[in-house]
Amino acid sequence: MMQVTSISEGIVLDHITQGNGLKIFSQLNLAALDHPVVLLMNVPSRLLGRKDIIKIQNIKDIDLAMIGLIDPSTTVNVIEGGQIIRKHKVGIPETVKGLFKCSNPRCVTNSDTYAEPNFRLVDARNREYACEYCEETTRYRL
Amino acid sequence: MVLVCLLAYYGREGTFILPSLNRKRVSAVAIRGKSLISPDDFTVEELQQVVTTANEMMDTGIDSYGDLCKGKILATLFYEPSTRTRLSFETAMLRMGGSVLGFGDANTSSVSKGESIADTARVISYYADVAVMRHPKEGAPKLAAQYATIPFINGGDGGHQHPTQTLTDLVTIARYKGDLAQQVVAFCGDLKFGRTVHSLIRTLARMQVKKFVLISPEELTLPTHLYREVQAKGVPMEVTTCLEEVIPEVDVLYMTRIQRERFFNEADYQRLKDTYILDARKMEGAKRDMIVMHPLPRVNEIAYEIDDDPRAIYFKQSECGVYARMALMALQLGVM
Repeated sequence: MMQVTSISEGIVLDHITQGNGLKIFSQLNLAALDHPVVLLMNVPSRLLGRKDIIKIQNIKDIDLAMIGLIDPSTTVNVIEGGQIIRKHKVGIPETVKGLFKCSNPRCVTNSDTYAEPNFRLVDARNREYACEYCEETTRYRL
Repeated sequence: MVLVCLLAYYGREGTFILPSLNRKRVSAVAIRGKSLISPDDFTVEELQQVVTTANEMMDTGIDSYGDLCKGKILATLFYEPSTRTRLSFETAMLRMGGSVLGFGDANTSSVSKGESIADTARVISYYADVAVMRHPKEGAPKLAAQYATIPFINGGDGGHQHPTQTLTDLVTIARYKGDLAQQVVAFCGDLKFGRTVHSLIRTLARMQVKKFVLISPEELTLPTHLYREVQAKGVPMEVTTCLEEVIPEVDVLYMTRIQRERFFNEADYQRLKDTYILDARKMEGAKRDMIVMHPLPRVNEIAYEIDDDPRAIYFKQSECGVYARMALMALQLGVM
């Protein structure tokens, strides 16, 4: 059995759907952190069968919107003094700012640096978002 | 008493007027200083306020407002060609005694030097009291309004929105047709790129018309997000590709041009451009009191033989547009 030590301060992202751990790791650019990060893949899970887990030492402020876009079933555990002090499901974000581009080539956000793409959720199942500027629907895909 | 009631229902030209749409008053203070980027920026009551004011101005006569905006300046920022909208705005401000400055071509402005929309909006705020912007990029007027300190009006952004055309259309329907709740409104032609359609259909859905009929080729149907939005308002909708089949039940027929400038492929435009041509034969199947509207300019979609039909009111619609813009700017500037 492989052993990974627990962290005393930081965040544990649990219940990540198998295969999404690497996507979250990559999109959040966790490799660039100056703190220890552990990515566990294909971990046996009573609930999911297999799951991925990410442990980030010393960091508590991460982009939950991006995690929610990739895998809303992820659980965030905030660790302080070796104890879980807060635990919640990420869920799919209602609003998203600057994380992906509007799919409408005529949208001002694709040509003007002042206009940061800003979206509101219109269809959670299909991860579809309406652009605040042009109102066209963009389907989030990695 | 009967005479009083009749006067309340008939306008200057003997046209039927809807009391609930035309005569309802709300505080003008709500509109003062407010930008109009999408019709959704105004509440139903505020839209009614503009329609009421425009109709009152039409009833009173255009010469009565020559000093209303004396000393006020309208900036017209047109980043793509426009004749009708720009001239309508300029006429509206000049008729109220104000002045107009601006450009009608991005190549003659600082835009050609690479100035951002945000910077232009900031600077124009020091020059003018109200501004109208037309831009090929969808959402550009919204971006401008975020950086401006004066009321901004969207004069059309790509295939997205054209709210003052919506106000024009509301004034026209109110003046020539009456109670919205009784109207079957049909949109025919380019429902995909037609921004006038987008603005009007979502607004009429908020105001609860009787039914929508959407007539277009399959390639030019209403965008999904708009279809969903209208559906959520609970107004019944019928989708078809055949104008002749549905025209007998229509009260307001809104014809649109197939928009060549929105196509990425010329071949697609050529294939679709003459899909719907409203002619005298098709009009025979329509109700005697149906009205035909068009945001203009038309190309082939309405035959010239229709122009003399009293149901064709698309030129009177342009007249309503001047009053709609006068009312809007007067309320935004707080002079009424």
